[in-house]
Amino acid sequence: MISLIDTLKSFVDGAPVKKEDDTKLTIKKVSKHHETSFTERVTSMIEKGESKTARSAYTVVAVIMAVIIIACLIYTVSFLPHFGGADNPANSSEVVKAYIENGIHDTGATNFVAGMILNYRAFDTLGESSVLFIAATTVIILLFRHKTKEEEKIATVEEEVYEDKHDVILRHGALILVPVTLMFGVYVLFNGHLSPGGGFSGGTILGAALILYNLAFGDKSTQKFFNYNINKVVKISALTFYALSQSYMFFTGANRLPIPDINGVAGSLISSGFILPLNIGVGFEVACTMFGFYSLFDREEI
Amino acid sequence: MFVKELVINFYETAAIIVFGIGFVTLLLNRNIIKKIIGFNFMDTAIYLFLASKGYIAGRIAPILAEGTDPTVYQKAVNGVLTNVPTVEKYINPIPAGLVLTGIVVSVSFTAFFLALAVRLYREYHTLDLHEIISIMNKEENKE
Repeated sequence: MISLIDTLKSFVDGAPVKKEDDTKLTIKKVSKHHETSFTERVTSMIEKGESKTARSAYTVVAVIMAVIIIACLIYTVSFLPHFGGADNPANSSEVVKAYIENGIHDTGATNFVAGMILNYRAFDTLGESSVLFIAATTVIILLFRHKTKEEEKIATVEEEVYEDKHDVILRHGALILVPVTLMFGVYVLFNGHLSPGGGFSGGTILGAALILYNLAFGDKSTQKFFNYNINKVVKISALTFYALSQSYMFFTGANRLPIPDINGVAGSLISSGFILPLNIGVGFEVACTMFGFYSLFDREEI
Repeated sequence: MFVKELVINFYETAAIIVFGIGFVTLLLNRNIIKKIIGFNFMDTAIYLFLASKGYIAGRIAPILAEGTDPTVYQKAVNGVLTNVPTVEKYINPIPAGLVLTGIVVSVSFTAFFLALAVRLYREYHTLDLHEIISIMNKEENKE
C-alpha cells in the first residue's frame, strides 16, 4: 500500500516511491538486521549516510552554524568605519600615502596599482603567477591523456562531421573578431603601467581570442601554431623570466635598475623599468593557462 | 542605531549576505558543482568587501589624472621629492592589488576543483557526494 504520506515524503526527500514488494523486502531485511547489535546498526547507518534523522540533523546544525557566523559578521560590520570616509584607518595610513606620493618617482608607472603590484609588491605577484602555473600543472596531471589510435580516428571523423567548420556565421564572425580581440589584448598588456589593465587582464583577453579561434577553426589549425610543447615552453620561460628579473632587482637594492633605455620618461610607453616586460611575461603565462584550462576540459589535451 | 550603521555600510552588509548565501550553498548542496559555485559566491563577496573598504567618496581611480604632466613628479632634488601627487585626489590603491590576488587564486582553485569533479564523475558516474561516499564504503566492505 502506498500511502499519501509516503508519496509526500518521497517527493520531499527525493527517494524512490516504494512498491508493495519493496516494502516486504525491506521488512525482511530489517528483521535480519536485528541480529546485529544496536550500536553496530547505528554506526553502519551513520557510515552509509542512510539515516534520515542524521541527515536532517546535519541540515539543521549547518543552517544554525551559518546563521550564527553571518550574525557575528553583520554585527561586526555595524562597528566598521563609515563607507567612503577619507579618515578611515585603512585609507589614511602611511602606506597609501607613500604609494601615491612616491609612486611615480620610485616606479615610474602612472598607474599606481601597477606600480604597487609589479614593483613594491612584486614578490606577491610572483606568488600569484606560481599559483596559476601550479593550477595549470595539476589540471594537466588530472585530465591530460594521450589518445589511442582508435580514439584519434574517431576524433578525426567526429571533427569532419560535427565540428563547427560548416558554421558559416561562427567562422566569419571569428575572422572579424579574433584579430580585434588579439589587438585589444596586446594594447591592454602593453599599457598596463599607464592605464587600467596589465598582465592578468590582457592575458585573459589573449586567452579568449585563442579560445574563439579554436572554436571556429578546429583543433588542427590551432595546433599548427599552439600545441602542448609551445604552451609548455612559453609558460615556463615566462615564469622563469619573471622570477630571475625580479630576484635580480631585489638583490640589487629593490629600486629601478639604472638603465636609461627601459626607465624612460614617466607616461611614455617604454618607461617604468621592468614593469612592462613583467606585464608581458605575466600576460603570456595567463593566456597559456586560460587556453590550457579550456582545451583540457574540452577534449583532455592541449 | 544598529540598523543605521548597517545602512551606511550597505556595501559591506551586502557582501556579508552574499558570503552567507555562498556558505549555505556550500554546506547544504550535495552536488559537487553546486558546492564549487558556492565557493565562488564567497570569493565574490570578499572582492566586494575589499573594494568597498578602499573607496573614498568623491575621489578618482589611482591612475594619474588626465591632463597632468607625469614628468613633473619624477624628479627629486638632492634626494628630496619636490613635487608629489596629491593623496587627496585618489582612492586607496591597496585593495585593488589584494582583489587581483584573490581573483587569481579563485580561478586556480575553481579549475582544480572542477578537474577533480571530472575525475570523480568518470570513476563513480555521479556528482552526488553522498552517493559517492556510499559507493566508496561498499567497495571498502567488499575488500
